[in-house]
Amino acid sequence: MNVVVCVKQIPDPAEPGALDPETKTLKRDGKLILDESDSYGVEMALQLVDAAGGGEVTLVSMAPNSEVSGLRTALAMGAAKAVLVSDDALKGSDALGTSKVLAKAIGRAGDADLILTATESSDGYTGVVPEQIAELLGLPSVTFAKSITIDGSSAKVQRQTEAGYDDVEVPLPALVSVTAGVVEPRYPSFKGIMAAKSKPVDEVTVSDLGIDAGQVGWAGSGQEITDVAQAEARQAGTIVEDDGEGFQKIVDFLAELKVI
Amino acid sequence: MALSKIWVYGEAANGTVSGTTLELLAKARELADTVEVVTTSGADLAGPAGANGASKVLNIGGTDGKLVGVPAAAAIAAAVEAGTGPDAILFATSYDGRDVAGRLSVKLDAPVITNVTDLVAAGDGLAGVEPIFGGSTDVTTAFTGDKVKIFLVRPKSFTAEETGGGAAAVEELSVPDTGATGTAVITNRFVEEKSGPSLDDAAIVVSGGRGLGEQDSFELIETLSKQLGAAPGASRAIVDAGWVPYSYQVGQTGKVVKPNVYIAAGISGATQHLVGMKGSKYIIAINKDAEAPIFSVSDLGIVGDVHKVLPKLIEALQNR
Repeated sequence: MNVVVCVKQIPDPAEPGALDPETKTLKRDGKLILDESDSYGVEMALQLVDAAGGGEVTLVSMAPNSEVSGLRTALAMGAAKAVLVSDDALKGSDALGTSKVLAKAIGRAGDADLILTATESSDGYTGVVPEQIAELLGLPSVTFAKSITIDGSSAKVQRQTEAGYDDVEVPLPALVSVTAGVVEPRYPSFKGIMAAKSKPVDEVTVSDLGIDAGQVGWAGSGQEITDVAQAEARQAGTIVEDDGEGFQKIVDFLAELKVI
Repeated sequence: MALSKIWVYGEAANGTVSGTTLELLAKARELADTVEVVTTSGADLAGPAGANGASKVLNIGGTDGKLVGVPAAAAIAAAVEAGTGPDAILFATSYDGRDVAGRLSVKLDAPVITNVTDLVAAGDGLAGVEPIFGGSTDVTTAFTGDKVKIFLVRPKSFTAEETGGGAAAVEELSVPDTGATGTAVITNRFVEEKSGPSLDDAAIVVSGGRGLGEQDSFELIETLSKQLGAAPGASRAIVDAGWVPYSYQVGQTGKVVKPNVYIAAGISGATQHLVGMKGSKYIIAINKDAEAPIFSVSDLGIVGDVHKVLPKLIEALQNR
């Protein structure tokens, strides 16, 4: 059982984000980390390979400046190897451009039985990349998985819905996007961290993947930012320290609003 | 009018039309001469679609027991290729809306503008406004090509308004062969028992966050919600920790709520969360940290421990 997991390396969400004043895109030139949203897919992939009793987990990522620190985190968790696409031509890529690159990189990662992604990244959160990759690869897919079990040549997936969940069956190979919080990502062990340093990262450019640079980056995005404006700020109200009677302030406020 | 024809991807919920579909119809009417609904739930939607300004419902049949992303995108793409497609198509940011929009964008080799909370005319086209950094900044993005403009719009961005029209005429839209891509099948559907209102409709939402300390403390949120007839919600932190299911999540990667009253308990107010609840009419926050960003958007802020404030609040409400 070979599983490919698409992972994104993003600016630390704890740091305030900023836009590049020239390109109006999110600044991504500082240190990047593994998107927490992707740690669930990595964990799920490791569990599925374990349960199958063989095979390996390969990571696929696209990031500027040959960034590998997030990949090393996932390799330390237990992934075997990674394909990293890093190329200046990718700056400003939209979701579709990103998907075209990741689809090609997945092909380079070798024959996969299953491709896992998060449902959306924490910094861009377009949420369309999983389905775009599946369509580009001509694969069936299930989004918003709560759990995955492999049954012979198909996967049984519980898919989150508005009302509860659906049981979905999909023949392999397939792409599945994994909902955050459904498994507990393991902490890398010291041994894992040491081993990750020597695990292979296959770094490639856009042309290595046979992609025309005009299809990706700003040129290929088919869209332009026409305005960036300050949104109307909400006024802060009354802030009080709880002296044991703070609850009464809430009761009074709710009564004033006539909701109790 | 900015455009001649807009399609709204229509979704059903509980045997009728989803609220977001009606919101999209209201906005589409402002922007285009002709507004039509494309959907896999034609029979359920003809009445409400017509009453909300759609002249036609294009029904994509035969999707029972399938995930709709693949067949719906294939049917829409075929209509576009046949020259009967729209200038723009609006999807809700929902489980199925994102599936269809993603698949469709590859089929048409057209980009998607996502997380839109407003649509504005831009020359002879249409641009989408997306709030970023917790809603402090609005970014407007327009398409540069002449392909069908695909937008994913966040729920509660517009206000639904009936036009009083009769039921829309239903036409069938056929699904071409989808090969291997269309092989996922739904074998069972589970509806989770939930009492009380849903996050989408509730007049009051009570959300809990990491400040609750442990999973069991979420009971405080559930209890208070019941007392107030509110829907319980959660920050991403405790959804990621597995305390409550994803369906509770309020925020950028969860639900957008706009209740009359929003109570945030033990939530610091990361930008991720603010995007999902800033539009609430009144916001009450309880948090230990006086510097927590949640207080910058609160009408009433209590700097204190949720474990002390909530039990007293619950008791006081019981005694009323």
